[in-house]
Amino acid sequence: MAQIFPKWWNQTPGLALFGTVVGGGVATFGLYWYGSPWHTDVGYKPKQPIEYSHKLHAGDLAIDCRYCHAYVERGPHAGVPSTQTCMNCHSQVKKDSPKLPPLYESWKTGKSLEWVRIHKTPDFAYFNHSAHMGVGVGENRAAIGCETCHGRIDTMEVVAQNQPLSMAWCLDCHSDPAPNLRPVEAITAMGWKADLTWSEKARHIATTLNPPGSLSAAAKRGPNGELLTYATAGCSGCHR
Amino acid sequence: MSTSTAVSLPNDPKLRGDVVLPEPLEGRELLVRGDHDFHSITEMVCAVNEAPILKTPNGLKFGIALAAAGAAMFGGYIGYLVWEGPGIWGNNNPVGWAWDIVNFVFWVGIGHAGTLISAILYLFRQKWRTSINRFAEAMTIFAVIAAGSCVALHTGRIWMDYYLFPIPNQMGLWPNFRSPLEWDVFAVNTYFLVSLLFWFTGLVPDFATLRDRTNVRWRRFFYGFLSLGWRGSMRHWMTYEKAYQILAAFSAPLVLSVHTIVSFDFAVSQLPGWHTTIFPPYFVAGAIFSGFAMVLTLAIPARHWLGLKDVITIRHIENMNKVILLTGSLVGYAYGMEFFMAAYSGNQYEGFTFLNRMGGPYWWAYWIMMSCNVITPQLFWFKKIRTNVKFTFVLSIFVNIGMWFERFVITVTSLHRDALPSSWDYFVPVTEVFFFAGTFGLFFFLFLLFVRFFPVIAMSEVKAVMPQANPHWEGYGHAAGGHDHAGEHAHDHHAAPAVGGVAGPAVATTGGHS
Ligand code: HEC
Ligand code: HEC
Ligand code: HEC
Ligand code: HEC
Ligand code: HEC
Repeated sequence: MAQIFPKWWNQTPGLALFGTVVGGGVATFGLYWYGSPWHTDVGYKPKQPIEYSHKLHAGDLAIDCRYCHAYVERGPHAGVPSTQTCMNCHSQVKKDSPKLPPLYESWKTGKSLEWVRIHKTPDFAYFNHSAHMGVGVGENRAAIGCETCHGRIDTMEVVAQNQPLSMAWCLDCHSDPAPNLRPVEAITAMGWKADLTWSEKARHIATTLNPPGSLSAAAKRGPNGELLTYATAGCSGCHR
Repeated sequence: MSTSTAVSLPNDPKLRGDVVLPEPLEGRELLVRGDHDFHSITEMVCAVNEAPILKTPNGLKFGIALAAAGAAMFGGYIGYLVWEGPGIWGNNNPVGWAWDIVNFVFWVGIGHAGTLISAILYLFRQKWRTSINRFAEAMTIFAVIAAGSCVALHTGRIWMDYYLFPIPNQMGLWPNFRSPLEWDVFAVNTYFLVSLLFWFTGLVPDFATLRDRTNVRWRRFFYGFLSLGWRGSMRHWMTYEKAYQILAAFSAPLVLSVHTIVSFDFAVSQLPGWHTTIFPPYFVAGAIFSGFAMVLTLAIPARHWLGLKDVITIRHIENMNKVILLTGSLVGYAYGMEFFMAAYSGNQYEGFTFLNRMGGPYWWAYWIMMSCNVITPQLFWFKKIRTNVKFTFVLSIFVNIGMWFERFVITVTSLHRDALPSSWDYFVPVTEVFFFAGTFGLFFFLFLLFVRFFPVIAMSEVKAVMPQANPHWEGYGHAAGGHDHAGEHAHDHHAAPAVGGVAGPAVATTGGHS
């Protein structure tokens, strides 16, 4: 009787095993990477109604971020400036620029410009800017700079998302905030670098902090060695 | 040795499997009835597999079509479920777990008989298992698939099911390894994988038989592919036996561990009615109980329609009924013990839960469970009943019903009266009825395809327990019945005495060493 299968079929079990193990691994990690916000979200750069440039305003003109994102220290949302804020200057500056008619249109009609939202955490995750703009108490005051989470905005013609904003990303900092701390005065500074003295201090400050989800927050001890628990220490710190 | 108590079996293969033989004085009753040799066993088992597609027996055709319709309905229902979410079920506020989990536990439980038969009975050298292990294992696999579809689909956002596995993800989260629900994921997956390997390993020599007997091209490919180049050499058999034993050793603990862990889903929580230490053994006994009932529900029609009564004899059925009697009584004991603990502990919440089970809004479910699981199986004390095929079939269906209700009672009645009386509610199923029917459609679809294309009886193993396989067997010519030609298949032979001697294919004891 003729052979049903050619001889190389003898290799199939080995090949199948190899394929399953390697293919399974590649598929898992491929999906992990291509499905992760590092790949899906970072670099998101929608077209805005006005070709507004942070490089020009925040970089070259060096306008402080808080001039426009006024609530960043006070509320959960940094806020995007109203037409009025632009008009503070543009009622005088570059009045006949071909890029600005939508602004004047908005000013005339009173209808807001519809900026396209770039950074967005899902509704089930609670993020608050003000909680990051000044952390710790008294001597041990520090902050996280815009730069750390949004990148070098002052060099961007068009704002693009720079960090994944995924949960693992939040937790990476929450478990070890020290390298990301800076003095409160330097919140909006771009290209800021810590010196040795500050690094030392930041490590100390970090031990006093309890960001939700940090591993240390679970087992913080008070002055008398008693175990402190924080209402916001666990998952519910962000998933309220 | 000559025949002492000769009982003559009718010559009709449709009847002789059902005849109850007296206990042999020495040794055991032969496992295969009728004057079969190896070849006639092959012929008998392969008949249905080898029928041309268009000549599939009508009953089977109809069955496959019906089951396929059920499975297709299930597919549609899954689409509806995924689109709408689990809100289409009757689950309400205190009753957050209902048919989804009930059906899951029901199906996983059923699988356990297959593993018990294939692994534990194998390790204990219970040779009667050989006639029933193949399709009991198939039943296990399809039952676990049905069970898996219940849990995989009950999560709501099923595209998030990968959370169940420890896969790196953007949340930086592992599954909660301290949760019994997570242990369950591993238990059920291990169970499925090991059962599948075990089943397949056993099938390899039989696939090779089918491959060698056919000259239809696609069948040669199909069975040739599945038989992995099996040639039946001595080395193949040695490797096969080793592999089989190792897999049996893997499966044996699973009989106990899987349903133990399923019971932890309940027992580790703190709900009265769930939080009991008796759950693991009680669930395992219940699983084997329900599994054997399902084996009977499937085996009785199968042996009838496929003409397999010579290998699945009334003796096999009786043995299974004894297992049902034992495990059913254990389950009954556990029901009693739960009540005792509730009373003896003096815990009023525990007490309330159990009184509420018996007389609360779900009293009917409780009493269905009690009658089908505890009361009716006791009829198997009577030999007349446990050797009566029709009775057995009906009682096995009762057990299936009872065991489904057991899970319903445990899950729903414990939940519907929680600690906050204002949230008490009554659960009524809505569309999950189709979900459950759909799992049956899927199960029977797979099972009937299996019956159609795969050998339902482990041919090579059955042959190994026939007298011919005994090295001391003296050959057809020497048999007490006096056959003339060795190797002749004597379909028209007179049935030989069934009990007593050792020699001859139709004589009904094997040596005492079995
Ligand atoms: C002159 C006003 C102005 C100043 C100054 C300014 N921004 Fe903006 N910013 C805007 C406007 C308008 C938008 C919305 C349009 C856009 O996304 O480009 C915006 C958008 C953003 C966004 C994206 C918001 C989203 O949709 O997710 C970030 C992040 C941001 N700014 C950060 C900064 C930082 C950091 C600074 C300081 C270095 C800064 N901005 C300075 C006006 C300003
Ligand atoms: C502090 C003053 C100031 C504010 C506030 C301000 N701008 Fe400007 N903007 C300028 C100056 C100055 C220039 C022109 C620089 C130059 O000569 O090229 C400019 C240029 C621009 C241009 C480029 C025009 C061109 O033709 O190249 C655009 C577009 C623009 N601004 C949009 C906005 C918008 C939108 C806002 C409000 C979110 C805003 N600006 C707020 C000062 C301001
Ligand atoms: C700890 C990380 C972090 C820091 C530091 C941070 N942001 Fe954000 N920012 C975010 C996240 C996360 C979002 C999305 C928030 C949401 O969806 O509610 C966001 C959103 C924004 C937005 C758009 C949505 C909104 O809230 O109005 C602006 C504008 C913005 N940030 C500006 C700033 C500026 C300006 C600074 C510095 C003063 C800053 N951010 C510092 C993380 C940060
Ligand atoms: C670069 C570091 C860093 C990143 C990134 C970061 N955080 Fe934080 N977060 C902190 C620090 C530091 C604190 C302050 C802890 C304290 O005050 O004790 C904090 C505090 C918080 C708090 C506590 C607020 C409160 O009221 O107690 C929440 C909620 C929070 N972060 C959410 C998030 C979320 C959500 C993300 C991701 C989208 C995120 N954080 C990303 C550093 C970070
Ligand atoms: C530091 C804040 C933070 C903490 C603490 C935190 N999460 Fe998250 N979580 C997030 C953010 C932000 C997202 C959304 C990320 C995204 O998809 O953009 C998220 C998403 C999730 C998701 C995905 C939900 C979905 O539908 O995609 C799950 C599940 C989750 N978290 C579970 C947990 C659990 C469990 C814990 C406690 C162990 C926890 N989280 C603690 C910030 C946090």
